[in-house]
Amino acid sequence: MDDPQIGIRRPEVSSNKPGRTASELAQYPKKFATKGVNFWYGSHHALHDISLIIPQNCVTALIGPSGCGKSTYLRCLNRMNDMIEHTRVEGEILLDGQEIRGPKVDVVELRKRVGMVFQKSNPFPKSIFENIAYGPRVAGLRSRARLEEIVESSLKHAALWDEVKDRLNDSALALSGGQQQRLCIARALATDPDVLLMDEPASALDPTSTSRIEDLIFELKDDYTIVIVTHNMQQAARVSDQTAFFYEGRLIEAGPTTEVFTNPTKQETEDYITGRFG
Amino acid sequence: MSRHLERDLQNLERALLTQASVVEGMIRTATRALCERQADLVWEVLQQEQLVNAREVTIEEECLKILALNQPVAIDLRRTAAVLKINGDLERIADLAVNLGERARSLAEQPDFYVSENLEKMANMAVEMVREALDAFVEFDANAAADVCRRDNEVDQLNLQLIEEVHEVMRTRSDLVEAALHFFSATRHIERIADHATNIAEDVIYLVDGEIARHRHEDLRQDSSAG
Repeated sequence: MDDPQIGIRRPEVSSNKPGRTASELAQYPKKFATKGVNFWYGSHHALHDISLIIPQNCVTALIGPSGCGKSTYLRCLNRMNDMIEHTRVEGEILLDGQEIRGPKVDVVELRKRVGMVFQKSNPFPKSIFENIAYGPRVAGLRSRARLEEIVESSLKHAALWDEVKDRLNDSALALSGGQQQRLCIARALATDPDVLLMDEPASALDPTSTSRIEDLIFELKDDYTIVIVTHNMQQAARVSDQTAFFYEGRLIEAGPTTEVFTNPTKQETEDYITGRFG
Repeated sequence: MSRHLERDLQNLERALLTQASVVEGMIRTATRALCERQADLVWEVLQQEQLVNAREVTIEEECLKILALNQPVAIDLRRTAAVLKINGDLERIADLAVNLGERARSLAEQPDFYVSENLEKMANMAVEMVREALDAFVEFDANAAADVCRRDNEVDQLNLQLIEEVHEVMRTRSDLVEAALHFFSATRHIERIADHATNIAEDVIYLVDGEIARHRHEDLRQDSSAG
């Protein structure tokens, strides 16, 4: 094609715009409301003043380069960071309006309400049935019939029932990677949580299993509030309603996913999602 | 960012500008043929139409390729979407240039019909709008694009005046009714060209601001009359 000798002006990125308020998501009740959250690993200040609302029955994606604090923030939501020594957290973390920190809060009860799924699937070396029944059993449930009900409904919710219903007593370790991850989701659902935290739940899976997990996330949000950490931009764009971009321990921008991915308001967000850095 | 996406986007935008310069030439030539009654210029316009059609397809294929292979987001998505849409408008403008050329030929056979100066004025305005919309695209300038949208109003006003003039001719000169109909069609084609220029300007606003400005002219017009 002819090459017209005109310099086309394209800024490296479009200019910064006024911050976004995520107004369309404001119609949902606030499942989590965090305000001024700071977090330290020893002397390392890992989270700076994070204020973010997690709307109920929505999928919130946390994105950002490695080490930006997104997983640390995720773990603050069910106090998984408590298990790491020499850490300190400040600020407000409200679940349904109640502070989740403090001596009066039963952390086991909290983690039952706020379940977690990790990057690497980690089924117990037990049968499929026992993996799911473990949580309710630890919580004191003894009725076999009730346990069977919970196992079936959790596996159905996690879109795994049809594949495993005839071999519930087989070892969970015999399942494929994608099935194991769905089993872990089913296990998290067995304690009847309100919120599911997912830390890169599909990063170790092939495209077919990834797409099953994504479909599952889409279906689960009718009943649960989901927060997902992902390095996969397309995945964040596909599955989430709200996207929060973290960079160097700060929350740079949060808003409806469609807007963040078509018209981000901050230069750092635009740089990151278009792959110009990070 | 991936360098090859940036390179593909730059090539795409250059291809669109090449297309734009041909289309702009077509409407200038067709307008001259019409206003100066030079029917022999029209063949030039007709020849270029084939080229424009072929290039429209190439540019669209290139946009679809970028969407499929790179799944662009943010500014990259808006750049691709803007090219895809402007490409369609340019092709329609080229069609209208051909239609104008045909009207020029028909009017050239009617030497008694007086071609109003207002037609030339309106045609020049439409051509300038196309030019300025494309300049705004090149310069990444949403304000310049908003100016183009506001000018569509002036073209519409001139169009109304011209329709009045055509009415008058039809009322008083029955021998010129056929010529007047050709003239009337020509005004409509020019008015449509200005509309496509407005579409291009709106796509530039989306490109720069990420906001869909379509159907907002009324606001822009009110702003201009208030200010």
